[in-house]
Amino acid sequence: MAQKLSKIDRIIAKYQADKSALIQMLLEIQRENRWLPPKALERLSQRLGIPTNQIYHIATFYKAFSLIPQGRHAVSVCLGTACHVRGAPRLLDRVTDALCIGPGETSTDMKFTLSTVNCLGCCALGPVMVVDGEYHGNPSGKEIKRVIAMCD
Amino acid sequence: MAQFKSPADLARTRQRIISRRARKRFIAINASGTCGLAYGSDQVFQAFVAEIERQGLTEQVGVRATGCLGFCENSPIAIIFPEEISYFRVKPSDVPEIVSKTLAGKKLVNRLLYKDGNGKKIVREGEIPFYKHQSRIVFGNNRLIDPKSIDDYIALGGYSALSKALFEMSPEEVVETVKRANLRGRGGGGFPTGKKWETTRNAPGEIKFVIVNADEGDPGAYMDRSLLEGNPHSVLEGLIIGAYAIGSHEGYVYVRQEYPLAVENLFIALNQAREYGLLGKNIIGSGFNFDVAIHRGAGAFVSGESSALMTAIEGRVGEPRPKYIRTAVSGIRERPSNLNNVETWATVPLIISKGADWFTSIGTAESKGTKIFSLVGKVNNTGLVEVPMGMTLREIIYDIGGGIRQGKKFKAVQTGGPSGGCLPESLIDIPVDFDELTKVGSMMGSGGMIVMDEDDCMVDVARYFLTFLAEESCGKCIPCREGIRQMLHILIRICDGQGQTGDIELLEELSEVIQDASLCALGTTAPNPVLSTIRNFRDEYEEHVKERRCPSGVCKALISYYIQPERCQACLLCLRECPVGAITGGKNLVHVIDQDKCTKCGTCLEVCPPRFAAVLILSGEPVPAAPPQGTKVERTKGTQQ
Amino acid sequence: MKKVQKVTLTINKREVRAKEGMTILEAARDAGIHIPTLCYHEKLATYGACRLCTVEISRNGRTQLVTACVYPADDGLVVKTDSPRLTKIRKMLLELMLASSPAKTIQGLAQQYGVAKPRFEAKKTNCILCGLCVRYCNEIKQANAIGFVGRGTERRVVFFPEIASTVCASCRECFSLCPTGKLPSETDGVCFDDLTLEDFLSTKQAKV
Repeated sequence: MAQKLSKIDRIIAKYQADKSALIQMLLEIQRENRWLPPKALERLSQRLGIPTNQIYHIATFYKAFSLIPQGRHAVSVCLGTACHVRGAPRLLDRVTDALCIGPGETSTDMKFTLSTVNCLGCCALGPVMVVDGEYHGNPSGKEIKRVIAMCD
Repeated sequence: MAQFKSPADLARTRQRIISRRARKRFIAINASGTCGLAYGSDQVFQAFVAEIERQGLTEQVGVRATGCLGFCENSPIAIIFPEEISYFRVKPSDVPEIVSKTLAGKKLVNRLLYKDGNGKKIVREGEIPFYKHQSRIVFGNNRLIDPKSIDDYIALGGYSALSKALFEMSPEEVVETVKRANLRGRGGGGFPTGKKWETTRNAPGEIKFVIVNADEGDPGAYMDRSLLEGNPHSVLEGLIIGAYAIGSHEGYVYVRQEYPLAVENLFIALNQAREYGLLGKNIIGSGFNFDVAIHRGAGAFVSGESSALMTAIEGRVGEPRPKYIRTAVSGIRERPSNLNNVETWATVPLIISKGADWFTSIGTAESKGTKIFSLVGKVNNTGLVEVPMGMTLREIIYDIGGGIRQGKKFKAVQTGGPSGGCLPESLIDIPVDFDELTKVGSMMGSGGMIVMDEDDCMVDVARYFLTFLAEESCGKCIPCREGIRQMLHILIRICDGQGQTGDIELLEELSEVIQDASLCALGTTAPNPVLSTIRNFRDEYEEHVKERRCPSGVCKALISYYIQPERCQACLLCLRECPVGAITGGKNLVHVIDQDKCTKCGTCLEVCPPRFAAVLILSGEPVPAAPPQGTKVERTKGTQQ
Repeated sequence: MKKVQKVTLTINKREVRAKEGMTILEAARDAGIHIPTLCYHEKLATYGACRLCTVEISRNGRTQLVTACVYPADDGLVVKTDSPRLTKIRKMLLELMLASSPAKTIQGLAQQYGVAKPRFEAKKTNCILCGLCVRYCNEIKQANAIGFVGRGTERRVVFFPEIASTVCASCRECFSLCPTGKLPSETDGVCFDDLTLEDFLSTKQAKV
């Protein structure tokens, strides 16, 4: 844990313990851990002098943050308008079926987290599925299964 | 690299870059834009670099990884300059042939050229219908720039507008020029930019802020991402000019973290600009100081609202403030703060370079210049298009967009994102500008243009936007949070075939109060998607409520999939693909959907070969009785399994 | 010392004198004119969430809707605190609140405006998120034992047990502020029911 806290301290130091950079620090903690561990938030609260309730308000307000550990592989389906009219609901159904978890859920083996996103700005590709940062435009059922099978 | 100490330094560097590149050909590949990358442009780019070296052409040909080239759907795209020969859907395996035929020789690779509707091949980019009708004054430079190279931007005259503003104009003259150009904010309501600058300039206080709003949240709009990714220096130059005009020494770029490449390219651009003395202390030796910090947004649509965005920059929850003082006077840390969106900032250097008269010569009476739209949805040519204000929706959708996909019928075009509306065919000839769109109950927004066809249900679209807003509202004020919750309830009920008499009127009643009483613009405009669909497609709502029918065949609770026995050729495709095993039949036996098992996922319709077209969506009518088990198919003449 | 300037405005056709810097609501209350509110508290920073205090102002022939708790009582302002349009707004707001919080205070106000039974259904959370408890705890007590989480229709109020367990038992000052009575009824014991972060997160918990 001490080691983890020193990581948090490094992030705080990078932003000179500037309170107004709280959201930036949370983004970095989220990226390193794939979630925001309570210990990290406590540390931020102490070091920056920001009350815990304010930190939790921010941590539950923005979509980028999670207070629950996330799976090793992030799968998301874009629900932007262009994707919606090109069949995003059906794509989401298929991805849900393939992963056996619904949007916002993480598989018990911590392998996958499925999320939805409101427009990634890749409308020409739509409907879009993103797996660990790789974009897949209008994937077929077979393609979905292939991409998921490639995750270990 | 030494810092520029005078305009002459900048001009000399520019000349040096240009002469170094003279007589060199360039090939641009959209490998520095998110959509291009998703189509594999990076592999194509790498292949070009390797192949050009292998064929010993590095001295003659430069390879450039550019941002978005607009025609995303045909990525990877390669454009060869100066001829502007354009190749589409290029694969790495095509690269050696392109290099030896077109770059080493003068021959074309015909199969990669654009083919128009009549099968005619088109060589030059500017002659392709998608590009021919556009005027890409802001977006066009994307194809000439590697966003990671400030030299590319300088070679095109980049930062000369800044140099002109700093050395030949007073801050007041800059404000005056932008006012005379009648530039209006490209991010939403179209507020006059010059007027906004003037307010912040005249607001009391020494410390002032200028901000780039790159929290592009409207679903279906991505021009800001493409500009930041593809030409970050143009945005930055506009921002520095604005800072000089307003008297600000500190700026922010608020950019969504969902746009990692934009953040990356922006960081690089800022560092390069600092190295060249275009940012920081004593910019180009003018004595003007200004620097910029990047603030990544953590994913909240409401943060695009100006007061919410500024609260977020302060490190607090991005909720709108209940204040009647404009952020131009009291924004970040209660200092005067000027916020403009990406496209607006990118337009500023052009106005300073070419003058207000040039700018006002483009567009309509009250909306000047061009606007970038993301033309997406059910249109043939999907991508980013830049057109003069005042072009009609029809010209954009048909001349540039090539009409509706698969020969379907146009139904509506949605503009303005969740604050906008759906416009029907009867309004398709209106000229597109700020005021005309508002007049017909929609708005410009940031420029999303989502085309919908006969297969899109307008009640479903309204439900879609309200679902979005229920999640994206900050939830602070009652009318927005509770009003949206109830509107969404009603819309779900209607889509589920549980609509009640009076529901449409109740939606209208709720809309009025939400518009009147909400705290911020997210709330006051939230009913627009519902109101505009009721206004223009009321009959569709009524069919859902009264006849329990979804005429477009979208709302699952109101439709059934049905295989027409006389058309089924027993090809087994749907039977095999059905994820729940709801289809019975067999070789030579008519396939039948078990309606109790069917989850209405639509797979059968999707896989049924178009030449059979046996699967139908029924709504508002009973599913015909299934033929007796074991019914053999009637072979259609000329079709074979 | 700077002398406090007086301003004159018209509220419901009555001339009203107010101190510069006051809001319309403060000016009206000083003059004995009633404007309904639910999220307003004189000791707390303005919040503007319940929107019940929405009033009509006119200037230069233009009418505008503003919230009285936020808008400054400017000199020469003409304010209407009641009109068919305002009644319509308040009626709908109360109907919306009543759907999730059938508390006496809300019922009373709703009856005043002629709302009998709400036409809407919602989960009975008994909370209208006026934020009085959260803001009082943060701004006045500076205890930060309670806060908001979530956004949109998922937004709610939760206690933070590490702090609440040490300070709340001896304070309970926010209880009397709560217009829906949610706090006293559910936090008398140790159990905060749905007023916990765990409960909020459980709606998003990992699935089998």
